[in-house]
Amino acid sequence: MYGFEAMTFNIHGGYLEAIVRGHRAGLLTAADYNNLCQCETLDDIKMHLSATEYGPYLQNEPSPLHTTTIVEKCTLKLVDEYKHMLCQATEPLSTFLEYITYGHMIDNVVLIVTGTLHERDVQELLEKCHPLGMFDSIATLAVAQNMRELYRLFLVDTPLAPYFSECITSEDLDDMNIEIMRNTLYKAYLEDFYKFCQKLGGATAEIMSDLLAFEADRRAVNITINSIGTELTRDDRRKLYSNFGLLYPYGHEELAVCEDIDQVRGAMEKYPPYQSIFSKLSYGESQMLDKAFYEEEVKRLCLAFEQQFHYGVFFAYMRLREQEIRNLMWISECVAQNQKSRVHDSVVFIF
Amino acid sequence: MGDSRGGCCPPMDLFRSEPMQLVQLIIPMESARLTVAYLGDLGLLQFKDLNSEKSPFQRTYAGQIKKCGEMARTLRFFKEQMLKAGLSPSATSVAQTDIDVDDLEVKLGELEAELIEMNANGEKLQRSYNELVEYKIVLKKAGDFFPSAQQSATAQRREMESNQMGEESIETPLLQEQETSTDLSKQVKLGFITGLVPRGKSMVFERILFRATRGNLFLKQVPIEAPVTDPVSGEKMEKNVFTVFYSGERAKNKILKICDAFGANRYPFSEDRGKQAVMISEVSGKISDLKSTIDAGKLHQDHLLRTIGDQFEQWNLKVKKEKLIHHTLNMLSLDVTKKCLVAEAWSPVFAKKQIQEALQRASVDSNSQVGAILQVLHTRELPPTYFRTNKFTAAFQEIVDAYGVAKYQEANPGVYTIVTFPFLFAVMFGDWGHGICLLLATLILIVREKKLSSQKLGDITEMTFGGRYVILMMSLFSIYAGFVYNECFSVALDLFGPSAYACRDLSCRDAYSIGLIKVRNTYPFGVDPAWHGSRTELPFLNSLKMKMSILLGVAQMNLGIILSYCNATFFGNCLNIWFQFIPQMIFLNSLFGYLSLLIILKWFTGSQADLYHIMIYMFLSPTDELGDNQLFQGQKTVQHVLLLLALVSVPWMLLPKPFLLKRQHENRQRGQSCTPVQVTDDTLHSEANHSHGHGHGHEEFEFGEVFVHQLIHTIEFVLGAVSNTASYLRLWALSLAHSQLSIVFYEKVLLLAWGYDNIVILVVGIIIFIFATVGVLLIMETLSAFLHALRLHWVEFQNKFYEGDGYKFYSFSFALIHDEGD
Repeated sequence: MYGFEAMTFNIHGGYLEAIVRGHRAGLLTAADYNNLCQCETLDDIKMHLSATEYGPYLQNEPSPLHTTTIVEKCTLKLVDEYKHMLCQATEPLSTFLEYITYGHMIDNVVLIVTGTLHERDVQELLEKCHPLGMFDSIATLAVAQNMRELYRLFLVDTPLAPYFSECITSEDLDDMNIEIMRNTLYKAYLEDFYKFCQKLGGATAEIMSDLLAFEADRRAVNITINSIGTELTRDDRRKLYSNFGLLYPYGHEELAVCEDIDQVRGAMEKYPPYQSIFSKLSYGESQMLDKAFYEEEVKRLCLAFEQQFHYGVFFAYMRLREQEIRNLMWISECVAQNQKSRVHDSVVFIF
Repeated sequence: MGDSRGGCCPPMDLFRSEPMQLVQLIIPMESARLTVAYLGDLGLLQFKDLNSEKSPFQRTYAGQIKKCGEMARTLRFFKEQMLKAGLSPSATSVAQTDIDVDDLEVKLGELEAELIEMNANGEKLQRSYNELVEYKIVLKKAGDFFPSAQQSATAQRREMESNQMGEESIETPLLQEQETSTDLSKQVKLGFITGLVPRGKSMVFERILFRATRGNLFLKQVPIEAPVTDPVSGEKMEKNVFTVFYSGERAKNKILKICDAFGANRYPFSEDRGKQAVMISEVSGKISDLKSTIDAGKLHQDHLLRTIGDQFEQWNLKVKKEKLIHHTLNMLSLDVTKKCLVAEAWSPVFAKKQIQEALQRASVDSNSQVGAILQVLHTRELPPTYFRTNKFTAAFQEIVDAYGVAKYQEANPGVYTIVTFPFLFAVMFGDWGHGICLLLATLILIVREKKLSSQKLGDITEMTFGGRYVILMMSLFSIYAGFVYNECFSVALDLFGPSAYACRDLSCRDAYSIGLIKVRNTYPFGVDPAWHGSRTELPFLNSLKMKMSILLGVAQMNLGIILSYCNATFFGNCLNIWFQFIPQMIFLNSLFGYLSLLIILKWFTGSQADLYHIMIYMFLSPTDELGDNQLFQGQKTVQHVLLLLALVSVPWMLLPKPFLLKRQHENRQRGQSCTPVQVTDDTLHSEANHSHGHGHGHEEFEFGEVFVHQLIHTIEFVLGAVSNTASYLRLWALSLAHSQLSIVFYEKVLLLAWGYDNIVILVVGIIIFIFATVGVLLIMETLSAFLHALRLHWVEFQNKFYEGDGYKFYSFSFALIHDEGD
């Protein structure tokens, strides 16, 4: 039904699109960030945030604040908004919204499993989990010894089950194969999400395929950079790349054989959209790459709001809020640790 | 009429907004807080933010604001605790002891710490109490099913053993077989765990347990009837008692972990029946001990909360005031010497003395050596608009403000709105029966005014309550208009004496229109009841109401243009008088003023002239003979003159003003500061686009832009004169709709039901009639007539003179804290 969304979209999606656009208007602006960066203490930050949409969530916090409290409360706001939207959503929007949280689910699973491997307390780990990626039996993950068990006992009930088909082994869990599991799961998740969006068709497919392709490509680059110098073979590395995106398939071939960061750069610069990202970095540098990618992502997410009658806005909004919370966390940390000179290092302005 | 400056008549306060002045206050640091507090009590100043470039936490008093925020948080915490304990803060504060802010902060901190400690202790006790309660339930429930479970377990085992002794069955599970064969002695001692699991999670819990032990367990669950309080979260929830039997150490570890993950509380349990009984009695004893401790704690806490509750409102008010004071102090700029604060504020001229008194009082009360200084500043900035309204005029002023706040000292249409708005409404809503219903409804609101204004109302009720005096006036006027139309629920009554018409003979009983002759004097007030139900009723009333609408419209539009004259003289703008007011007057009155004259003439003479024809052919062929349509001698000449005047006034409106403005501008540039047009001494009142000119060199003057602007204005007025007059016909249309609707309800529902002579139908008919009258006629028709009256005021009336680009005067006042509430 490409091109005809305008006729029928508002029947089910109109209300929520309005809601999400309203939420988007509440995102912090550059002026807000400028003020926040000038704060001297966490109380100043609270005072400033109390004038924004975060106000009601922070106003009842007693005075010695911690960074974690700020982040927790801000996340709580996002979760509340998400839950409200999910309650109101009908198919296929509700499935779409659920897809957004699977990424957090994968991260949470990995977090718990890694934590148990290092013998951390489960309760402590649970507090660190992202509230959007929670599911019923998450705490029991600690019982599992290997992936097969993990899958059979617990994950078979979760929406992540289908993504496991590629990584069921009986090997005992260790850091390396947990990381591989994470990436395999992510690959399967992104591909599934991509397919789902294609099925939805219309503007949603168009916009989401662009956003997801960017996500897949970014993950491919990150996997490559992180696996340089490890025992991961080229073929194994190749298997972790998602099978779509701008880099697929020829870029993947090149990335798979990269030995250092400059080779990655060489491979990426052939693709015009990524050329600009890499041109900001000096040779041999990979620290700032994350920020550069985030900036590019934010730009693309903001553009998703330019078009109407599609689900991409929900994805974009969630991502932007998460980026905002990351920014707030960074600013609060810098303020709390008296490192104000570094405040601008990692903050990505949204508007 | 608009001459408020004249000495002969009392000043009309509402016609022009209060004269304002910008005052500068220089307040010594030590008395600053008290001064601002007194000014807040006075509530007649609007402080300007002199630190707008600073972010909130860089300002001088950011620390105090934070403190206030903290105190407000503590108070909210108290409130929450009070709500939890089922107490409400007493509305009237007991002791009005004036407490210092710093003392209050300390006191609040202490109270909070005490309360938190108390809560923590209470929570600990509560937790162990809840645990014991759960334990007791487990003991009871598990005690019930344990023997049976044990039996079934042994039965199973026996069966298994017998199976082993016999031939190996294929159905025997492989694992069990292994275990039984390897370690028979250990197998006898089955381990078990008992506890509680939330009911919602019980299914998943069972499934996971099953998978984790590969089915090698026995689980029994029993639901608890009443919800229990969870010790960890403190919430009531439905739970199941479970008992798990397992074998082997590894399975035990797994099960324990899973129990933790599901928030299932485990409790020790003994197989021995005797021990069980001992434990139950032990637990019951502990429970009753704990209960009395908890109750004592609760009592203490309630006492503390009650003492807080007594003073809560007072503290709350104090903290809010304090916050407002410091917010205001933050708007002041610090003097270079850092010894005093400088404030700039708008205030009405009349308030100067009161402000000075407040300043003096503050400096005396704070023992400051130097008093605060007040001086008036001169500025070009446009002051805020401030009307001193009362509860009656406020709602009408709101109607005007909703369109746009009046420019400073511009003629305020609100004055006329008080009468014209309800009047125009009534023209559309003329039915004195409905009017009385409306009057009764609004009287309820007015009588219970005190009670209602103190409580929070719903959205719609709030709005109705706010406009209660508007509705009162509307209902009074519609009763009046109802008498004029002679309609009460669409029935005509002869209240003012008998009808002037009677039948000539008996034959005219059923044919209303013919045969009626005038037998008495004209009916003294309103429409003669004889018209009601006659065949010519509609044509007669339509013609009457249509003409009346035109008359009212022309009158109101003329009033609007006259108000533009008031504005022009007040602001000393001769251009607007000569090249806007006069041609507009001529244009409107030569066309529609003439029409009004013809209408009145026709009424007086009873002529058969066709007014449409006259008006149309006055333009199309002015030279034609009038024939039957002649109403007075020399009508044709008059029409020629009027037509000519109207035609002349169009270029008169359009052309001279831009050129004169241009010349004025050129003169000014040549250094002549005093142009003949600017007659008033007060340069503040010069036209908006001149306001920046004098002080700072030249201003831009785009002739093209000014000309296009004037062109648009002229076209708008010329077309508007026609369309606005036509727009007033809505008065007739709505009035017609209203009376026809009420006739339908009266005749087709009430009279029809009456005709059946059946009590049930009659009751149903009356109910339908009442609902239709209230729902459609009283509520919906009121709304639609209100909207149309609103439109006539906003568009047709106000566009003749009203600029409405001012901004409101928001005074810094503590009185607003009370309204704000929660």
